[in-house]
Amino acid sequence: MPRLGVVAGAVGLLALVSLFVGVGDVTPVDLARAVVGGDSAERHDLLLLLVSRVPRTIAIILAGAGMAIAGQIMQLLSRNRFVEPSTAGTVESAAIGILAVTVLAPGAPVIVKMIVATCTALAGTALFLRILRYVPLRSVLVVPLVGLMLGGIINAVTTFFAYRLDLLQSLNVWMTGDFSGVLRGRYELLWLTFALTVLAFVVADRFTVAGMGQDFVTTLGMNYRAVLALGLSIVSMVTAVVVVTVGAIPFLGLVVPNLVALIFGDNLRRTAPWVALGGAGFVLVCDLVGRTVRYPYEVPIGVVVGVVGSALFLVMLLRRDARVA
Amino acid sequence: MIDVLDAVKTYGEVRVVDGVRLALPSGGLTSIIGPNGAGKSTLLSLVARLVGLDGGRVLVDGLDVTTTKSDVLARRIAALRQENHLASRLTVRDLVTFGRYPHSKGRTTPEDLEHVARAIEFLDLGSLADRFLDEMSGGQRQRAFVAMVLCQDTDVLLLDEPLNNLDPRHAVAMMERLRAAADQLGKTVVVVVHDINVAAYYSDHIVAMSDGAVMFEGPPHAVICPEVLSDVYGLPVSVHTIEGRPHATYFR
Repeated sequence: MPRLGVVAGAVGLLALVSLFVGVGDVTPVDLARAVVGGDSAERHDLLLLLVSRVPRTIAIILAGAGMAIAGQIMQLLSRNRFVEPSTAGTVESAAIGILAVTVLAPGAPVIVKMIVATCTALAGTALFLRILRYVPLRSVLVVPLVGLMLGGIINAVTTFFAYRLDLLQSLNVWMTGDFSGVLRGRYELLWLTFALTVLAFVVADRFTVAGMGQDFVTTLGMNYRAVLALGLSIVSMVTAVVVVTVGAIPFLGLVVPNLVALIFGDNLRRTAPWVALGGAGFVLVCDLVGRTVRYPYEVPIGVVVGVVGSALFLVMLLRRDARVA
Repeated sequence: MIDVLDAVKTYGEVRVVDGVRLALPSGGLTSIIGPNGAGKSTLLSLVARLVGLDGGRVLVDGLDVTTTKSDVLARRIAALRQENHLASRLTVRDLVTFGRYPHSKGRTTPEDLEHVARAIEFLDLGSLADRFLDEMSGGQRQRAFVAMVLCQDTDVLLLDEPLNNLDPRHAVAMMERLRAAADQLGKTVVVVVHDINVAAYYSDHIVAMSDGAVMFEGPPHAVICPEVLSDVYGLPVSVHTIEGRPHATYFR
């Protein structure tokens, strides 16, 4: 069984690599010179590192960890392995909120966008869980299909208005995760996902019990509605923050928790560090691939994650056969 | 002490539990028997507050299960339903440890771990403790769920078909353990069982239900008789005394 420390070290190493990959040629040697004085080019490197590279790497780690945890929580709350914010209408609902703010209050600060997107994401996800109550055949695969359909409908509405209001390009930015625009001053909201991830860890037991079903929640003396509300709030807020700052990262919340569950199970108290680290590492790798595959141009992270994630997910689907439930 | 006062539960037009009045004393093992659809499981769920009442009241040690805070009740009542399908992957030890949640609120103390170890031992799960539930047989899983309920260490244990999926050896062992919980630990154990003879052999008290109502209740020798059973099940049942205990037979 892999050790947490080793994996944390590997993710740290990836983060370090991520700092020194990019169009601008930044090397550790230049930086060392810049710190002790150095010429203007070397000082420029330091600036590049502090303004662009460090924020980007932090953003990747925060968004990756946050979305992976959000996926795991969604899976526990919906008691289904195939549910995550992008298969439950959450991402699309967040986007409609951002669109609304962009249209109705164009000058509003990003925090307002985030709050409105959180509210719409919450409403959309709650609607998804409500619809599930009325789905007669709750087969394992029907649940995410319902979520994808709901997401499709919401997205259709968003697209309609975005088209009419000439905002399709902006919509595309929100729906496709991309870290290339991350600069100092434009990603700090993502620290909120860190706080939410910590919160999820503190109350992890409640979500694990919720994953066992409502009867267990009740018999163990918890309030099912309260647990559900707390979980949905965390998921919605994480999703909203990520969509507002870097755009949607699909599949992440599906692949990472499922891989972790294969080895460690679903006891969130124990798996949360693994899921968070796994999410961060996965996005770091995908981002590195996106930055190098057609250097000096970039492939958006959403595309890379989509390709790698769906491939991994297919492998998992085929490998675990009957045991997925 | 469990007091059921005119409890009613309806699903659509059907009154599944129809004005049940029942007073079960503290301690001892009570079995609820009856045909399918008699309302046994629903009654148990009403007492366990897993299902809301549509009428009447249920008191456990004088606490109204509808109005008392859920975490207070969780330290007095532990319940296990008939179907326990887990979508998530947990080990036996994870599951049993969650039984301590009402006491520990997630901060497991050494005392909690002792309870966990004892419950695992009690149900003979020692060698399976770190296995995932989804990789075990139905019977092993059933024992793990019962271990979790025991671990909750409540005065009242409500178990819906605890013998589900168990082979004869484990079924006997399970009933012996529930007997021991009642006799040695002073718990009030209420089980729904389908096997009349299990009820007859292990219970202090039997409640026979049919059509959402309690038809008869009393000690085994009073309930396990041909007239009562034939009436409850709508099937000719004869009762034989073997080694001084009543045995019902209903095969022709």
